[in-house]
Amino acid sequence: MSDYNFAYLDEQTKRMIRRAILKALAIPGYQVPFASREMPMPYGWGTGGVQLTAACLTPEDRLKVIDQGADDTTNAVSIRKFFQRTAGVAVTEATREATLIQTRHRIPETPLTEDQVLVYQVPIPEPLRFLEPRETETRKMHELEEYGLMHVKLYEDIARHGQIATSYAYPVKVEGRYVMDPSPIPKFDNPKLSGCPAIQLFGAGREQRIYALPPHTQVVSLDFDDHPFVASKPDHDCDLCGASDSYLDEVITDDRGGRMFVCSDTDFCMGRVRAGHAGRLAGQSKGAAA
Amino acid sequence: MIPGLADRAIQSSRGFRVLMQAMARPGTIQRLNLTQPPALGPAAGSVLLLLADPTTPLHLAGDLPGLAPWLQFHAGSPLTGPEGASLAVGRWPDLPLDLLPVGLPDYPDRSATVIVELDRLDADGPRLTGPGIRNHASLSLPAIAPFRANRALFPMGLDFIFTCGDRLACLPRSTVVGDA
Repeated sequence: MSDYNFAYLDEQTKRMIRRAILKALAIPGYQVPFASREMPMPYGWGTGGVQLTAACLTPEDRLKVIDQGADDTTNAVSIRKFFQRTAGVAVTEATREATLIQTRHRIPETPLTEDQVLVYQVPIPEPLRFLEPRETETRKMHELEEYGLMHVKLYEDIARHGQIATSYAYPVKVEGRYVMDPSPIPKFDNPKLSGCPAIQLFGAGREQRIYALPPHTQVVSLDFDDHPFVASKPDHDCDLCGASDSYLDEVITDDRGGRMFVCSDTDFCMGRVRAGHAGRLAGQSKGAAA
Repeated sequence: MIPGLADRAIQSSRGFRVLMQAMARPGTIQRLNLTQPPALGPAAGSVLLLLADPTTPLHLAGDLPGLAPWLQFHAGSPLTGPEGASLAVGRWPDLPLDLLPVGLPDYPDRSATVIVELDRLDADGPRLTGPGIRNHASLSLPAIAPFRANRALFPMGLDFIFTCGDRLACLPRSTVVGDA
């Protein structure tokens, strides 16, 4: 650990990122450009989130890292190990015990508190990018609040599928001003963005952007009066813990059509199982769920 | 020469978390005491050492004896007039608010962060609402009209860090300043 500067990055880089974080907090939803560094992991593995975490981490922090809700997948394990080695911080899998949580594509089911910071890994920060590939144009659209194109996209969803079929990275409007990509979280998580007591920071390493939501910020998912936003999830209960209100992953269990639904938030699910809750396959599904 | 930050990486990480909480929750008063600079209080000096470096042109407003060489040694920021500043520091009457950059319509982040040293900083005064504030907050602002004008520029505008001794509170451009 002592071979690295605290939390890997040099102090000048951290200052640059910290200044960008302050501007991002002052302009909620606006993407602040920053001089993203090469990290010792490939782009797409959360280099934006890792740089935010490195700039925010203190020795007293207790870090939790999740990848699609799970603490035990490759991305989460390697980032957690990275900061154990380079910052010597304590780690945890329990959402309640964590002071800083880095996440890929989920917001924990357990409600966050004032004392926590949530850092998102973001692949494409620009919500308008797949509608307009030119950065010069999307920048102008944000400047002029010209978001009609986004509503056309949602309308075309309705025309083609009868409903808004966008199910993740569902666009939101922040405090009535900037349209923002909440990163590829399922739209089930969108309501948790608004009025959250924790600080939410978003980092895109390859795209070199940082944006933020201060606590208690109003975040509205875009929709239409006659097609209101619905935070959908698979129409099942968790097969391990029986939860009916958490986001579920579908797991294929054999080649004869067998499947099960389990909480994507592993800490939430384990907590419920330990508390005695049981789902349809509780006790007989250890092999499939591992 | 008065020392800067002891154990820089660790101190600045703790200091930044305090500053980030202050900026994310406008109007809340935090304590920050990492150094004792010339001419200003510990909070203002700590914020300067957390944010300033050779890439941030700095405007020193008014008479701040001994501060320039101290910052030159510890941060190395180039000194500039108000028009080119990304950081500005001074007492309230000395700050040329009209001249500091407020950012561009397409790059509103290219605006100055203003560190204002005050004689008093308490949780009373004008009512504050906006992002980061659950219901409302109050802060003893040195004026009201300039901050309302600043809010009217949103998303452009200046971001303020008020300091008094070892205490600090922030007023980003997003905060709506109501009546006292």
